[in-house]
Amino acid sequence: MASLITCPHCGRRPREEFSIRGDAVPERPAPAASEEAWHAYVYLRENPRGKIREYWHHVAGCRRWLVVERDNLTHEVFAVTDARDMANGGAA
Amino acid sequence: MRYSALSILRHALSGNRGWKPAWREPQPKPHYDVIIVGGGGHGLSTAYYLAKEFGIKNIAVLEKGYIGSGNVGRNTTIVRSNYLLEGNIPFYEFSLKLWEGLEADLNYNAMVSQRGVMMLAHSDGQRDAFARRGNAMRMHGVDAELLDREDLQKMMPYLNYDHARFPIKAGLLQKRGGTARHDAVAWGYARGADSHGVDIIQHCEVSAIRRDDKGRVTGVETSKGFIGCNKLALATAGHSSETARMADLRLPIETHVLQAFVSEGIKPVIDNVIVYGGGHFYISQSDKGGLVFGADIDYYSSYAQRGNLAIVESTMEEGVSLIPGLSRLRVLRSWGGVMDMSMDGSPIIDRTPIENLYLNAGWCYGGFKATPASGFCFAHLIARNEPHHVARALRLDRFERGYAVDEAGKGPQPNIH
Repeated sequence: MASLITCPHCGRRPREEFSIRGDAVPERPAPAASEEAWHAYVYLRENPRGKIREYWHHVAGCRRWLVVERDNLTHEVFAVTDARDMANGGAA
Repeated sequence: MRYSALSILRHALSGNRGWKPAWREPQPKPHYDVIIVGGGGHGLSTAYYLAKEFGIKNIAVLEKGYIGSGNVGRNTTIVRSNYLLEGNIPFYEFSLKLWEGLEADLNYNAMVSQRGVMMLAHSDGQRDAFARRGNAMRMHGVDAELLDREDLQKMMPYLNYDHARFPIKAGLLQKRGGTARHDAVAWGYARGADSHGVDIIQHCEVSAIRRDDKGRVTGVETSKGFIGCNKLALATAGHSSETARMADLRLPIETHVLQAFVSEGIKPVIDNVIVYGGGHFYISQSDKGGLVFGADIDYYSSYAQRGNLAIVESTMEEGVSLIPGLSRLRVLRSWGGVMDMSMDGSPIIDRTPIENLYLNAGWCYGGFKATPASGFCFAHLIARNEPHHVARALRLDRFERGYAVDEAGKGPQPNIH
């Protein structure tokens, strides 16, 4: 039930230790990008049923930002990656 | 068949063998003037008001499950209009007025009970905020009373007034708020719509939206075949992003699961609806005696109609912190419903950029109380192609235009609205 998350730094930890930011898919546009691009980034979401990527913050642990890949219907967790590693091109 | 005390007596004398089903189970026709996707409270009330108030007769409601299987049967049954913002108050007050006349209008006992909704304040700042909210309500002609601690102690002696972190300082009471029987609301609207000729088609899942070469919607592909329509109305909150995607629309919505709970039945103790301002917890007592309560969503995106234990625990903690006596009770059942959490915490009732496609979505925690006004305003929009005046702030394009209706002032973060 996504109640246990395997933090790449701390191991299996309960959901209560994390704070959830939301969709990790949208990419921040350049500062001078169009209003449409900023509107889409800030407000519009694919919101699929199934496999998603989400930002989780391990606030009561290592305090690292993580990207959790999971299924939002079955709650199966596929991968947990440090957000920095994800930004640098995938799993560490 | 009109329900009345006389009809109950007459049927009782004939062994209750003459009752008819409250609505038909028709096969879909090849074409309708209006198809409403979603046979929840909002879809059914939209169909009812379209037929009754706006004179459109050739209507179908397509429901992928059965009537009452979604959020209309999964909520904590609270009705109220104690909002703060200009864009919200008239809409929810219109809804409350429709609730007040609902049973006579539908000839159906929806058990609307105006037992009062009390929001508790636990700091001086929160009391000031509630005074402001109460004033905003009264400026719109909505009833609101700010009560002090002594008033509350007489009304609700069982609350924890001297909590070390969240002592109770004041309460904002809306006496006209209360509860309604959620299943009866679904059944009442279904029966009402059916009696005006609406075809309610259950177990009929929409799989695609068909459009012509100019991009206009012409009908839907369903598990019962293609059904054509002049206008298509989506009322699928919880799954709005999934249905809108069939028309290549992306919405300002994330889907989350919200849990609710009911305790074993006890003698009458909680006379009103109580909302805990120290966290986010709301409780009332059903007519069967069970305490019905809920708190926050699970915070992560979820389409599953079940929730996690961390939120179960925090809900129980909030409840016991407010009403210590709750710790003696056993919880009988819990359940989850999936919500459209919008980017400003307010709903959307609007046309879409696609011709003939109308959208009713983004109800967050608050869909049940809005059921009558949502249907009425959506019907107005569909029939006349212009918004009802109380719903004119609830536009789809309000985010890009800079007119978000952010009741809690939390910004574009759907899981904290």
